[in-house]
Amino acid sequence: MGEPILSVRDLETFFRPDEGIVRAVDGASFDLYPGRTLGIVGESGCGKSVTARSILRIVDHPGKVERGEALLRRGDGRIVDLVAIDAKSAEMRDIRGGEIGYVFQEPMSSLSSFHTIGNQVVEAIRLHRAVSAKEARDRAIELLQLVGIPRPEQRVDSYSFELSGGLRQRVMIALALAAEPRILIADEPTTALDVTTQAQILELIRKIQADRNLAVILITHDMGVIAEMADSVSVMYLGKVVESGPVDTIFHAPRHPYTQALLRSIPSVLAEPRSRLTTIAGSIPHPYARPPGCPFHPRCQNFMPGTCDRSAPPVTRLDPEHEVRCFLYEAPAEAVA
Amino acid sequence: MSAPTQTAAASPLVTVAEEKVAAATQLQLTWWRFRKHRLAVASGILVILFYIGAIFADFLAVTEPHATEAARSYIPPQAIHFFDEDGSFKPHVYALKGRRDMRTFKLIYAPDPADKRYLRLFADGYSYNLLGIFETNRHLIGLDRGKAEDALFLLGTDQLGRDVWSRLMLATRTSLFIGLIGVGLSLFLGVLLGGISGLYGGVVDTVIQRVIEILRSIPTIPLWMGLAAALPNTWSVTQVYIAITVIISLIGWTELARVVRGRFLALREEDFITAAELAGASRLRIIFRHMVPSFLSHIIAAVSLALPAMIISETTLSFLGLGLRPPAISWGVLLQDAQNIQALGIAPWLLVVAVPVIIVILAFNFLGDGLRDAADPYG
Amino acid sequence: MVTYILQRLGLALLTILAISVVSFVIIQLPPGDFVDTYITNLAASGSAVRAEEAAALRIQYGLDQPIWVQYWKWLSRVATGDFGMSMEWGRPVLEVIGDRLWLTIVISIAAILVTWGIALPIGIYSAVRQYSIPDYVFTLIGFVGLAVPNFLLALIIMYFGFKLFDLNIGGLFSAEYQLAPWSWGKIWDLTKHLPLPAVILALAGTAQLIRIMRANLLDELRRPYVTTARARGLPEWRVIMKYPVRAALNPFASTIGYLLPFVVSGSIVVSLVLSLPTVGPLLLRSLIAQDMFLAGTIVLLLGVLTVIGTFISDLILMWIDPRIRAGMHG
Ligand SMILES: Nc1ncnc2c1ncn2[C@@H]1O[C@H](COP(=O)(O)OP(=O)(O)O)[C@@H](O)[C@H]1O
Ligand code: SF4
Ligand SMILES: [Mg+2]
Repeated sequence: MGEPILSVRDLETFFRPDEGIVRAVDGASFDLYPGRTLGIVGESGCGKSVTARSILRIVDHPGKVERGEALLRRGDGRIVDLVAIDAKSAEMRDIRGGEIGYVFQEPMSSLSSFHTIGNQVVEAIRLHRAVSAKEARDRAIELLQLVGIPRPEQRVDSYSFELSGGLRQRVMIALALAAEPRILIADEPTTALDVTTQAQILELIRKIQADRNLAVILITHDMGVIAEMADSVSVMYLGKVVESGPVDTIFHAPRHPYTQALLRSIPSVLAEPRSRLTTIAGSIPHPYARPPGCPFHPRCQNFMPGTCDRSAPPVTRLDPEHEVRCFLYEAPAEAVA
Repeated sequence: MSAPTQTAAASPLVTVAEEKVAAATQLQLTWWRFRKHRLAVASGILVILFYIGAIFADFLAVTEPHATEAARSYIPPQAIHFFDEDGSFKPHVYALKGRRDMRTFKLIYAPDPADKRYLRLFADGYSYNLLGIFETNRHLIGLDRGKAEDALFLLGTDQLGRDVWSRLMLATRTSLFIGLIGVGLSLFLGVLLGGISGLYGGVVDTVIQRVIEILRSIPTIPLWMGLAAALPNTWSVTQVYIAITVIISLIGWTELARVVRGRFLALREEDFITAAELAGASRLRIIFRHMVPSFLSHIIAAVSLALPAMIISETTLSFLGLGLRPPAISWGVLLQDAQNIQALGIAPWLLVVAVPVIIVILAFNFLGDGLRDAADPYG
Repeated sequence: MVTYILQRLGLALLTILAISVVSFVIIQLPPGDFVDTYITNLAASGSAVRAEEAAALRIQYGLDQPIWVQYWKWLSRVATGDFGMSMEWGRPVLEVIGDRLWLTIVISIAAILVTWGIALPIGIYSAVRQYSIPDYVFTLIGFVGLAVPNFLLALIIMYFGFKLFDLNIGGLFSAEYQLAPWSWGKIWDLTKHLPLPAVILALAGTAQLIRIMRANLLDELRRPYVTTARARGLPEWRVIMKYPVRAALNPFASTIGYLLPFVVSGSIVVSLVLSLPTVGPLLLRSLIAQDMFLAGTIVLLLGVLTVIGTFISDLILMWIDPRIRAGMHG
């Protein structure tokens, strides 16, 4: 696989509103490789979006990246730590869009209704590439064509509200790809779409990834999407990566009770790929009331009183690519088969 | 968001006691939130003080506000000297002594340092009717000997030699209460029409909304001027007072109606109205027993924002000479004296009336803003 | 979109009708009919009117008929541009009003431009730097602007201009242009005199507009498209100016509907204090002299022009909103 293009270590991002503190990301680590797809999965509110935004340093106001590192191998070979550089610096702006493209969850409200889509795509191109307005427009039309928008010469001058949800999400992908980044972060790109359109958008991402050797971070709460798309998986719960490994391992030999519960909530992975995760016992705790010890313990079937509610479980490496954060695996002798 | 919101299931039988508790807690919540706005609380206290002062206007005045004396025209504000020569605290003023200017042969008044008059509290002065109950001639301050008219012009005199301070006290009373009465009328119209609009909806709502839109798109001042100018000259001060109040509130109710209607629309969906309707309460009963208490806080906020507009309207009209007319005394009437630059050049203290006008309007706005925030923190 | 325009147009016509009724009422309000006033006026100037002449006048104006017939006759004449005679000046009302109406409009538009010019940047700043010290300071200044009635502000400024700089502030023209016919020089002279009254008129509405802009922009700043623009690598100030500000501009600009009547109202009073040659002083004088056709016409024209102004601004607003242009709403 070679060297990772992006390596995130112990990332912590907290929100500090007046009422308390929300540890939205609480020590997340993962690696991303060119040409491969990393799936980040977890229930809604687990900190997936905040993790992705922390990498681009565009976390909303009371939020702040507190600790950790995000090492990006830039096009020229330099390695920069995205956590260490100034969020407002020219270098950071260069990386946003230029090195890392971002596709957002809500295609409805993520585009301006007061500007044509061409205007926004051209802006994204010219921000990072020195091309004339005319060239940029031609490229914008090519891009729209590439992401599968019919009659792109006309669509380039239309407004986002004149397009269907699926087309808008294609425009979002075109925007993210405008400056030819090497990493694409897709944050629940298909959640707001109907089933047929979902499949088309995923297919589009896969095709572009193959063409451009893109590294993709695919964020979803849908195990079915992970099964279809990901090479490796990080399972997140309350800001922590609780289990990570190759997609086959996660699906066929899941170790963490949370991962197991996620998988159980799908009646049959193959028969019903896109059902929602609604059947895990209990619900995700309020952000201000994080349980002590292992944050999953109030909902865990394997909860060990006196251990799991006392301290946070450490990371255990089960094999070179498979890690889990759970007391069940702390001592190798006790490992469950 | 992720916080589970507790929606109490509507029980079909809401008891009267429960209603009272619900209304009280809503007002109480508003009050707690309001107390956190320091500026708004301070403004509220200031407004109350002004109204108390207005009630006791005659008590605060020192000389008869209507008494003219041509010879005392345009006397500058009298300086109060707080200490005697020996350094003891004995506030006093110098009496005014008339002297004939030998060139113009006009009588000129000037302070005479030889004739000291000491200030005292609860002095005798002109008699007036306190609170409409009993006659008295006590005033907050006065002189130890002689009449206040001899020396005590805290804010100077106007062209006709009337004491500006005393007139200001009475003007404050007129202007503050005309605002209050005007808002009362507007509120009545606003609650009635806004309530009908919000409660019945449909055609009635559309018609009332159009009327409001039309009224709001007409420039008000020319309209008021036209209506006010038609008031017969023969009318008494009281008649004009009432007429002006009505004219102002005829147009001022629209904003209150808008607020009321908005609240009604929001409340219409809420469970307890349906519950009461199920229990067989009549519509009118629903309005006055259930809905009015539940949005009292919104109305209070809207009222305190409407009051300054009323006061400005009266002041403007009277300033133009189309509102209250002398001998009535109001802020607008007093400002009329300051209208031309010649008068201001001679007697700049006439502009002092602007100070309470600005303070009161500002205080009402801060108060209203704080109340609005408290009534609807998410709105 | 067509329905929307028709709706607005219908409402505008309805409003104009309402204004015409009110203006007619104002004309009718003083005791006695206007022929009485006419006779009294002529008597004052020494000439008497014969009884049959008075009767003829009454019939000509339909004064012997029911009030709604009188209204209809008056309205028909107004529709043809005949606004009647001014009793006091003995000339047609329109002639007496002359340039004053246009100067009122010029001042009102200037005041609206100044209001926007002040409120827009401050509103943007206050939203982007919410709860900063300048945010509080601007809010406070806005409140003071709100609290000082504009005639009072005019009075205070005039007093200090006179006191400190010995300036006689007031008027819209220098002495040499006062009676001169229109020329480029006169227009330039007007332009130089315009800022002071415009600012005085503008301050009253500014606080409200700052609040509206601030609230709208705070709303827009939270929207996902702002984050999207940031994620593309756009510098922060360009993110804000191009996207959320553009979106917040529409509701801001639509405040003209409430601003225009407000400013026109204010211009009447401020004109009196600063002796500006607008319709303000004329209206006051005509009301006091019971020159009712003149007064009624001024009220009518001010109202109608305000409604037309609001209607035109509605159309422009619609045109600059791509959603409405595309037929999304209404
Ligand atoms: N602007 C914000 N202010 C306060 N808390 C926030 C904000 N944005 C996100 N959070 C909190 O961060 C946590 C993670 O959110 P997010 O990353 O959006 O979850 P998801 O996994 O669904 O993408 C949630 O508990 C949420 O409440
Ligand atoms: S640490 Fe304990 S509570 Fe947490 S997942 Fe493992 S077994 Fe369950
Ligand atoms: Mg998310």
